[in-house]
Amino acid sequence: MDFKGSDTITGPRTEDVLPSTATAAVKVVIVGGFGVGKTTMVGAVSEIRPLTTEETMTQASIGVDDNSRIEGKTATTVAMDFGRISISEQLILYLFGTPGQERFWFLWNGLFEGALGAVVLVDTRRLEVSFDVIGRLEERGVPFVVAVNTFPDAPSHPMEALRHALDLPDEVPMVNCDARLRASSRDVLLTLMNYLHALALQRS
Amino acid sequence: MKTPRRERREKLPSPSSPAPDPGSAKGDPERLYVITGGPDGGERAALDLVTMVVACSTPSPTVQPEQAAILRLCRAPLSVAEISAYLRLPFSVVTSLLTDLLATELVESRAPIVRAVLPDRSLLEAVMHGLQRL
Ligand SMILES: Nc1nc2c(ncn2[C@@H]2O[C@H](COP(=O)(O)OP(=O)(O)O)[C@@H](O)[C@H]2O)c(=O)[nH]1
Ligand SMILES: [Mg+2]
Repeated sequence: MDFKGSDTITGPRTEDVLPSTATAAVKVVIVGGFGVGKTTMVGAVSEIRPLTTEETMTQASIGVDDNSRIEGKTATTVAMDFGRISISEQLILYLFGTPGQERFWFLWNGLFEGALGAVVLVDTRRLEVSFDVIGRLEERGVPFVVAVNTFPDAPSHPMEALRHALDLPDEVPMVNCDARLRASSRDVLLTLMNYLHALALQRS
Repeated sequence: MKTPRRERREKLPSPSSPAPDPGSAKGDPERLYVITGGPDGGERAALDLVTMVVACSTPSPTVQPEQAAILRLCRAPLSVAEISAYLRLPFSVVTSLLTDLLATELVESRAPIVRAVLPDRSLLEAVMHGLQRL
């Protein structure tokens, strides 16, 4: 948290500097449990090396709004990795790899409310860890797709069995992916955009 | 499959899912963030992780070192998240530094395009085309 002085600040590499026209930004959130491949997916598609933004959660920010108690506060640092894809000279897509627990989400203003949509990354070895995340997205009305990150030692289940276990409506897209591969991760994002587009058509 | 089964949930009525601000839903590039009162009584600009920030001037000797660093970083547009990452400062610290810089008009900010009740299809198509080029 201490500021190390501007001499030690390294900004973007020359090739990562955005043009002055780049003033419209959109974001997509990649959410899932620890070790499910969020950072890997962000890194696979990002044009910049993934960066990290963090926030400190104190007792006070958890809801005890009483300055007198700040003395005894416990602080937890919550980090989020993110990357960036330039869509055009004007439009930039940001991708945030977000911890699965909702109590961290409020730390960043409008993390989900402002996002175009979300990708829920699931690992079939620990399917239950995504139950709560999916429920929260449903409650908040955040459109999402489910990407099944295929680890070599993961049991392989037919997609329909996974859909049943996750109790997802037929319209919610589910895809297999390998988060390490750019093409595969890009296809997950395209699946999300196609789904959002279909929802937009439906509503108009 | 032996895993337990999840149970589907219903969308909760607002305000748990506040509607996006209609003013920013269209991503009006001219719209600057309004500075609102913060919970501590201080003023805090409503900045998103992907609010784009660009410096309007070069650092003068009177600004704090952190703010001078922001002004140098933002010679080209940069998101609040990137500023936080490069300065290795928490998001909330960066937003309060930016609040001062916005109030003194040393930086300008552009609100992100947020999810709208009726999503903008041409925006989604632009994103799809951009992704297909990856
Ligand atoms: N085999 C395989 N390994 C992966 C895949 N995605 C991520 N990993 C590995 O799983 C580990 C955790 O991934 P990470 O992206 O750090 O997870 P995070 O905690 O969700 O950000 C890393 O060692 C990755 O290399 C995948 O699709 N296939
Ligand atoms: Mg990670």
